[in-house]
Amino acid sequence: MHVLFLNAITHNFRMNDDHYQRLKLIIEPYLPEDVSVEIITPESDFMKELNINSANLVDIVLDVEDTFDIMLENEDMDTMRTVKDALLIIENKLKVS
Amino acid sequence: MKTRVVITGLGVCAPNAIDVASFSKALDSQQSGIRFMHQLQELKFGCQIAGQPLVPQNHLDAYFTVLQQRGLNASGLVYGVIAGIDAWKDAGLTMASDSVPYWDSGVIFGTGILGADKFREAIYMIDQGNTRRLGSTSVIQTMASGISAYLGGIIGSGNQVTTNSSACTTGTEGLIMGYDRIVSGKAEKMLVGSCSDSGPYIWGGFDAMRILPRKYNDEAKKGSRPMSASASGFVPGSGAGALVLESLESAVKRNAPIYAEVLGGAINSGGQRSEGTMTAPNNVAVQRCIKDAIQNSNIQAHEIDAINGHLTATAKDPVEIENWCAALERYGVDFPYINSFKGLIGHCLAAAGSIECVGTVLQLAEGRIFGNINCDTIHPEIEKNISATRIPTKTLDIAPNIVAKASFGFGDVNACVIFERYNP
Repeated sequence: MHVLFLNAITHNFRMNDDHYQRLKLIIEPYLPEDVSVEIITPESDFMKELNINSANLVDIVLDVEDTFDIMLENEDMDTMRTVKDALLIIENKLKVS
Repeated sequence: MKTRVVITGLGVCAPNAIDVASFSKALDSQQSGIRFMHQLQELKFGCQIAGQPLVPQNHLDAYFTVLQQRGLNASGLVYGVIAGIDAWKDAGLTMASDSVPYWDSGVIFGTGILGADKFREAIYMIDQGNTRRLGSTSVIQTMASGISAYLGGIIGSGNQVTTNSSACTTGTEGLIMGYDRIVSGKAEKMLVGSCSDSGPYIWGGFDAMRILPRKYNDEAKKGSRPMSASASGFVPGSGAGALVLESLESAVKRNAPIYAEVLGGAINSGGQRSEGTMTAPNNVAVQRCIKDAIQNSNIQAHEIDAINGHLTATAKDPVEIENWCAALERYGVDFPYINSFKGLIGHCLAAAGSIECVGTVLQLAEGRIFGNINCDTIHPEIEKNISATRIPTKTLDIAPNIVAKASFGFGDVNACVIFERYNP
């Protein structure tokens, strides 16, 4: 199923599966009890679908910074709505650095 | 007739035990929680001993999720959650469902300063221009009301959720505030208690004031000596105590266990007038507070069987005894039994009142009076007013009927509460 998603989004973005898996590991502890890690897809909306509150999203950003050794700007955070958005930001930052 | 209020749940996280059953055992067998602290030695404290609850990781896991433990650096919050949740469950109560809070259950959980270590962490980050790295829990771990907010959320409290703060009076004051709220009909159940952080940033100021003992760094367990001729200051402590207060009607209706009844209490201040100062009590105020508590409880002074004093092991212990004598008009062998748990746990500051109220209530529930340690030689000024026989050094198998508990704090503030063995 993930492969399909990958195909769907690769025309403008080649998703790095290693980064995707690492991001999922970051997200996992922040999921509410009734949300399983299995339902995470690149399209998942952090707040609307994964039920992650805005305070926890702040901590996810910090964990992303630590894991990938990058720094996110306020504007990055404003555009980070879905898992894919986060991955795009990660790829862009890694490219620059 | 005024609403009767009973205690249906207890919880504690103390330097000598982190659950109620062990705490009772520790008080009975005089197990001390005072230990030598390497950190205080490294930091060149005069007093290098303290009382700090030992909370193992597996115990922490039972109260905090992995996520909640990330970046958790507020010891008072940890102690408070452990004691508060234990008390709530001990009362046979459950957490509110997902959709509706308990409108008739409130939380008054006090503290002096919360999350000092977390705040220190934040200060370093902010000073380095790294405010954005604080994370989302800096505020909730360092706001004073973080503890009541945490507990209120876990339980699903829909009544008043607040944190009181009145120095070392905090715990006893909060209990009386919760009691008043039930008596006035504004709540049915109140989780009351208090907590205090551990560590050098909490205790340092007292060390600087030179009111902590410096001669017992090699024999920690002997350092806290309430009422003793050789008392030389209070040993700093930390932890939390919690009690579930409930209207008798509610407790009986749900067939809850009842530890004791709260007959009444009083809170006042000496206004830092007369001999009262920021750090010393106005004696008239202390005596009034005790008398007001007795009056509020509709009892007579002679009915008090035992007292759990504030008695910190400073030079003020004899003055406290004198105030009790004057307020009760009882001296010598006529004086009630008196004890201080601080010999075993130190002075747990904002948590002192609540931890000691838990111990006091246990005396009523279990029918005994716990003994005092480290006061084999009683301070001569104390012996001028009361008989040494009133200061047990071992647990007495005497079941008290009415016990008074008082706490006094910086700011010249006082609180006194009267408990009675439960008689339906």
